[in-house]
Amino acid sequence: MADLLTSTAPRDEGLDGTPGGGGRRRLGAPLARLVLTRVLASVAVLWGAVTATFFLLELMHGNTVDVLLAQSQAGPEVRAEIISRYHLDDPLPVRYFAYLGRVLRGDFGESYMLRKPVWQAITEQLPDTLVLVATTVLTTVVASVLFAALSATRRRSLRSVVAAVESLVVAVPPFWLGLVLLTVFSFWLHWFPAIGSSAPAGLVLPTIALAAGPVAVTTRVLREGMVRALDEPFVMTARTRGISEPAVRLRHTLRHALLPATALLGWISGSLIGGAIIIETVFSRRGMGRLVLSAVQNRDMPVVIGIVLVAATTFVIITVLVDILTWFIDPRTRT
Amino acid sequence: MTVAQRSTRVSTTLDAERPETGVGLIPGRVGAGRPRRRSVVGLGLGLAVLALLACVTAAPGLFTGVDPNAVDLRQTLRAPSGDHWFGTDQNGRDLYARIVYGARPSLLIGVGASLLALVGGVVVGVLAAQSNSVVDQVISRLLDIVMSVPGLLLVFLIVAVLGTGSTNAAVGLAVVGLPGFARVTRAEVIRVRSCDYVEAAHGLGWSKVQVVVRHVVPNTVGPIVALATVGLGSMIVASSSLSFVGLGPRPPTAEWGAMLAGSRNYLEVAWWPAVFPGLALTVAVLAVTVVGERIQGLTR
Repeated sequence: MADLLTSTAPRDEGLDGTPGGGGRRRLGAPLARLVLTRVLASVAVLWGAVTATFFLLELMHGNTVDVLLAQSQAGPEVRAEIISRYHLDDPLPVRYFAYLGRVLRGDFGESYMLRKPVWQAITEQLPDTLVLVATTVLTTVVASVLFAALSATRRRSLRSVVAAVESLVVAVPPFWLGLVLLTVFSFWLHWFPAIGSSAPAGLVLPTIALAAGPVAVTTRVLREGMVRALDEPFVMTARTRGISEPAVRLRHTLRHALLPATALLGWISGSLIGGAIIIETVFSRRGMGRLVLSAVQNRDMPVVIGIVLVAATTFVIITVLVDILTWFIDPRTRT
Repeated sequence: MTVAQRSTRVSTTLDAERPETGVGLIPGRVGAGRPRRRSVVGLGLGLAVLALLACVTAAPGLFTGVDPNAVDLRQTLRAPSGDHWFGTDQNGRDLYARIVYGARPSLLIGVGASLLALVGGVVVGVLAAQSNSVVDQVISRLLDIVMSVPGLLLVFLIVAVLGTGSTNAAVGLAVVGLPGFARVTRAEVIRVRSCDYVEAAHGLGWSKVQVVVRHVVPNTVGPIVALATVGLGSMIVASSSLSFVGLGPRPPTAEWGAMLAGSRNYLEVAWWPAVFPGLALTVAVLAVTVVGERIQGLTR
């Protein structure tokens, strides 16, 4: 997608009437400023999130020991040993800065249930989830651009049918879509492996289930942007130059539609991180889903907090990247 | 721009995208002809479904005489028939009865979470707008932090702290929804506050609280209600997702998400337990969305 944009950028600049069409050399400083302010703001937000989790753990302490000892008939000496082992009795500021330091090093402590470092538990499960999220993002981008380009028409009847289909798809809960896909394509037709497969073919149905909603939303936003752009004077200019219809759509209108769609990317990535966990449960896939759900049910706080912080960091990084991407797509935001 | 401001911009962009206006060269075609008729039909259907759901939620006993939790192990996984319209589940319970009785937990968690988020968000938003800049900044940064965690994971964190169950799931979802309402409220209050009639009320010697309650809050209601109605559908999906992964109401409560989770192990032999609860959920969400988008259109 980015290639498409950069390659068409010089041709568009004069036509769409946007300022800032000057040389690329002068763009360095504002970009650096943008990246710097976004990164600093993100670091502040993440620091706040880490601090919040620290106080959350503090409030739950009595609870933590109780959870650890729930299954055993342990006496007070075992309780004391656990308190000292997890440094639960140091002064508050000491524990806070120790916690901060450990989190910075990626040390989220040890899982109460799995009895192994949280980071290790996460890195064991993360790749499977990332693969699913990656295929979903890829599917979303390709499918929504395709569908939007095909359905961007001024014919209102066709558009309202497409819009109705989109509303329907958005209303379908992803986990139910997954179940239905499993029933039809795995159990009836045997096209795809059933539950628990880690083969590439096993990715198809989870990806469809997870991508359906984002594809529908992104297609709608892209299409409405394209339909609006089709009425812009620069499209008429392009047409008078004898440019073919597909070229008008892909080179000129799509770029305008991309801006709101890119803004959506941040929201979609946030929902995918959570959505993947649910979909993994539907298909009994390996991944973060199994880890986080058992941790939540067992109140294994180091694992839950570790995953939350990893997800928040990922989400914040994606948001910054979206900002930067927006900056590249739309010269008007470069002020 | 911070993460959260970013998200508000996303939503405003979306709002701006939504109206089916042919702005540009053909302004005369806005909302003309067939599309309007079609959406009236859609709205009517949506309202009818919502009314039906309200009745089922209020009085499930009127719609079925069967006990949703009556186990009959001689009747497990029976296909839909005259006796069992939607078939039976793995414990021989009647699926139609379970779907009817499941409406209440399935819908009320999402509705309750939305209301809680709305009330909490309005309080926080008004507080931020009416406070001095330090408090305002602190509140805004706290909302940033809440919004930096992907929604569902924040719910997981809250449920891990509070424990599983319907109430805690609703509280978790409400915390996720709250920042959106707080931001919209804050922006609206700041906008309304500079209006002439508010200045006039101050001039008449009304107290700050009186002005906020009588003038500011009523005039900020539109966008807030719009946000609530549009978000309600995804709240219901989210709450049923939580039940699906076992963090919602405890069994044997008939809840659509939990029923779907129970169907997972029998997909090979029985499609009906996996289909009907999901269908009910989809129809409910679709109705809420259709009506919600209309309300959003009205309040703009």
